[in-house]
Amino acid sequence: MDEQVFTNCTVGGAIKVHVRDGRIVRVRPLVLEDEDPPAWSIEAGGRKFSPPRKTTVAPFVLTEKLRVYSEDRIKYPMKRVDFDPDGNRHPENRGKSPYVRVSWDEALDIVAREMQRIRSAYGPEAITAITSSHHNWGNIGYKMSAFGRFFNLLGYTAIFDNPDSWEGWHWGAVHTWGFYWRLGNPEQYDLLEDALKNTELFIWWSHDPDSTRGGYAAQESAIWRVWLKELGKKIIFIDPFCNYTAARMADKWIAPRPGTDVALAMAIAYIWLKEGTYDEEYVHNRTYGFEEFKAYILGEEDGVPKTPEWAGQISGVEPRVVRALAREWASKRVMLGCGARGGFGGACRTAYGHEWARMMVLLQAMQGLGKPGVNIWSGTLGAPFNGNFRFPGYADPDGKIIGDGRPDGIARKTAVNPVRQRLYRPLFPDAILNPPISWRGEGFCGKSIEQQLIPYTYPLPGHSEVKMFYRYGGSFMGTMTNTNRWVEAYQSPKLEFVVNQSIWWDPETRFADIVLPACTNLERNDIAEMTNTGGYSYHGSNGCNYRIVVYQQKCIEPLYESKSDYEIFRLLAQRLGFAEDYTDGGKTEEDWIRRMFEISDLPKYVSFEEFKAKGYFVVPLPENYHPTPAFRWFYEGRQCDTPDNNPTGGKLGTYTGKIEFTSQSLKTHLPEDQERPPVPHYTPSWEGLECALAGKYPLQLMAPHPRYSYHTHYDVHAPWLADIPGHRRHKDGYDWITIRINPRDAASRDIQEGDIVRVYNDRGAVLGVANVTGRVRPGVIHCYASSGKYDPLEPGRAYSPDRGGCINILTSSRLMSANAPGMAPNSCLVEIARWEEI
Amino acid sequence: MPRYAMVIDLDKCNGCYNCFLACRDEHYGNDYPPYSAAQPLRGHFWLRVIEKERGQYPRVKVAYIPKLCMHCDNPPCQQAAVDGAVYKRPDGIVIIDPEKSLEQRQIVDACPHRVIFWNEEKKIPQKCTFCAHLLDKGWQEPRCVEACPTGALVFGDADDPGSKVSKVLHSARAEELRPEYGLKSRVKYIGLPRLFIAGTVIFGDTDECAGGVTVVLRGEGVELSTKTNNFGDFEFEGLAPGSYEVLMQHTQYQSRSINVIVKTDLYLGENVLERMA
Repeated sequence: MDEQVFTNCTVGGAIKVHVRDGRIVRVRPLVLEDEDPPAWSIEAGGRKFSPPRKTTVAPFVLTEKLRVYSEDRIKYPMKRVDFDPDGNRHPENRGKSPYVRVSWDEALDIVAREMQRIRSAYGPEAITAITSSHHNWGNIGYKMSAFGRFFNLLGYTAIFDNPDSWEGWHWGAVHTWGFYWRLGNPEQYDLLEDALKNTELFIWWSHDPDSTRGGYAAQESAIWRVWLKELGKKIIFIDPFCNYTAARMADKWIAPRPGTDVALAMAIAYIWLKEGTYDEEYVHNRTYGFEEFKAYILGEEDGVPKTPEWAGQISGVEPRVVRALAREWASKRVMLGCGARGGFGGACRTAYGHEWARMMVLLQAMQGLGKPGVNIWSGTLGAPFNGNFRFPGYADPDGKIIGDGRPDGIARKTAVNPVRQRLYRPLFPDAILNPPISWRGEGFCGKSIEQQLIPYTYPLPGHSEVKMFYRYGGSFMGTMTNTNRWVEAYQSPKLEFVVNQSIWWDPETRFADIVLPACTNLERNDIAEMTNTGGYSYHGSNGCNYRIVVYQQKCIEPLYESKSDYEIFRLLAQRLGFAEDYTDGGKTEEDWIRRMFEISDLPKYVSFEEFKAKGYFVVPLPENYHPTPAFRWFYEGRQCDTPDNNPTGGKLGTYTGKIEFTSQSLKTHLPEDQERPPVPHYTPSWEGLECALAGKYPLQLMAPHPRYSYHTHYDVHAPWLADIPGHRRHKDGYDWITIRINPRDAASRDIQEGDIVRVYNDRGAVLGVANVTGRVRPGVIHCYASSGKYDPLEPGRAYSPDRGGCINILTSSRLMSANAPGMAPNSCLVEIARWEEI
Repeated sequence: MPRYAMVIDLDKCNGCYNCFLACRDEHYGNDYPPYSAAQPLRGHFWLRVIEKERGQYPRVKVAYIPKLCMHCDNPPCQQAAVDGAVYKRPDGIVIIDPEKSLEQRQIVDACPHRVIFWNEEKKIPQKCTFCAHLLDKGWQEPRCVEACPTGALVFGDADDPGSKVSKVLHSARAEELRPEYGLKSRVKYIGLPRLFIAGTVIFGDTDECAGGVTVVLRGEGVELSTKTNNFGDFEFEGLAPGSYEVLMQHTQYQSRSINVIVKTDLYLGENVLERMA
């Protein structure tokens, strides 16, 4: 039989999948056809730049075949051997006991019966559930869509996600430049062209675009950075780790101690103030509260001028280097990049990380943010883009099958969760182990600044604690802080019932009582746009060289007894008596796909049948495309003219409509907050070198987002990645995570390249393989977060050393600051030693 | 008949390993008779990315060198093979016949580039085929090239003067890896790392980064000159190993000279220039 070729999409790009005899042969980038719309081109520096006629893919996407056929697939519905729903449940054995195969009917009957029992015994709020992010792709079958419709109809205690990858921008930058509708991150429209034409110097601060690739944008922008270098642009990197992009492209690498970036930023402002090298006119016209900021920086408020010498003591960066950096910055047209999508960056996931994000905005405000060539731009988004074409992302209200409240929208009946009680993901273990808990702010505060102020408590008065935990998708174990607390929570008898609906046996799967096998999005149909998550990352697909909407064609039949997530939820809804509502009157997955097509702008260009047969549609750019660079409107004092979904009527989203050196939202609502005051302040970290704990644990751990995997996904299900030495290394029959240490710190501990080492603190111990490298500054241990493996030497026992590489075992679950409930894994003290027993 | 060649522009390589992963994806679990038998799950690197960390903290760089069968015009594996188990096609591609090469371990050992791998289970030597099974079906390029996001890997007909690979090949910068082997590789490289000497200069009187200092490098038959940037940093790239003198000069400061023998990349650290009396 000849090969068949299907189109599909992943979190790392659109793909073509070749299938022979019902088996995947290969997974490739999507190569465009001649009939597809032409590429854009940008003229700069006497050259004309145009992207290649294909999509790129993130590295791990090329392991998709391996992941689909992984031995780690959950093949059948499973029940933990010592879980008896009618007798002893043995919650203490979660994570330890093996499983037995059961039929789909038996598994679904148990889940449905438990749902009914718990609802009637405690109320609907006793059921809680949460998805993971990005293990699959597709507007219908993935994440909040199939899952969200089911649980909203059932009623449950929803768990707020925290903005785990860009905490400081969410809890900080929002109060400086608004953009709450983007959760603190900036618009990036047309900044590629602006950068190529007008920028002289790039400063990438806590930013590794080759690794984070704009979040979901494959490697579309890799070629842009090659162009920057070909045009002779200079790039300065500020990062305790000489990150992957820096190791290739840095003209200068400056390595502050982790968590001291705020001090460094303040010293830069100090130089500019002292030398008068900032844009006074811009500051006067476009910003608010500069005098208070100036007084703080110059030391008039607290008697401590924020000099390069002061910053040098804190950060370990020589004062002369701080001065040179400040002068270089002020003398050139600079694009500042601070993480995957403008904002993000490991520095924003530290104690008081919101202050760093605010300082980044303020420094660029002092240099005229929005001026040609001067902006906050990550070098990963902002290609020429047709923002008038509507296709929703999976996080948009009309991009998921929950419904958006309009009977003529995606769903006839919108599924609304009637339960008011909420949980908050970073506090989940505490909520189970030590209730009551309280916190301030919804996880994603995309509707208003004030959402950050809403106080929450759990359990809500008059409400039951949660008794059932339904986990969907991949595992959090590698990405949530203080992982052993999750182990303890899972083993608590308070959780009477735990379900895990996933594709692979992941760390968390092994803590469930019932395991339901789902299939990958290569085993079912779906529809989605490449890179377009929608929602608060509005128009994120401008990180792609082409806007591509994909009919995700089923490539192979679901493996083993796995089913699509939609089908699993439909079968459960049937048992619970609301299948009619769940399916919105009998809609199949194909019906939903067609509906998604109909409510988008696709029908203006192509018929459903054509779209489905071809598998993708490339959105053409308008003729005579007119770029509208981000912030240029603001710089020029005009209303916003970009295609942003700005809800303010074209202004900046702060209270004053200006960039706020003195935040009016913080001044109004939290004037007494010393940790996040109206003017950004430097406060020594609650887990940094100034702490007494540093005597016992003198090294600082940094655990950034990984280069070669995605969250916890792909990693261990795709063992090829363990042949990439920067990711994992094979030794003595095991794939150890790579732990980087400076030669000085290694020598004083008798650690050699390739040794198995133990990184530890009072929260636990993690084993890995040592990479002795000049790429980390002395005093710093670097290990990528997001291990897909949690493999304690004593299975299921909290605090047993983990050889899987789950480095977040060591990180603190303390929240960022008093009123900012962000997580701060990059504020973590550790010690390291050879692990001689192995 | 095309004559295939590949050029790898290391200046464009960002170390993503897509080439390595695409190669595994193409060949793991897939037999392509008569071109190749399936690659095992792990242990083979038909396309291996060599990672080379260069320099010392805080002046470090990483070079990536993707290495695959060089499809030599003068292939030692062919000479080592018996029964015609290794043959060179008219288009330049060197193929190890997966049947005829059974038990011929000497083919692995014959390759000085070490890009042939022994399949323990099948008892055959295996390596890159330039995805000949795809080219013969009309594909324009092998999987590694298609998967490269920056165009660092260029493939095509070296005999076609209009082809991209032909233009890059004639750019003068393209060179063989290990030309001393005398194998006439059909894979060539741009930007192969040599050595760098870098350093930082500081003005002793002001403790400022010393920008604008003239730095002269002499040795091994070269004399190069550069100026420090505003961070006081200088760098000489592309050097051969050997003995060098580094001379730092500024009109208002006393010159400073350092003699070094370099075998590997070297960061000289901070050098203080004292002001003239």
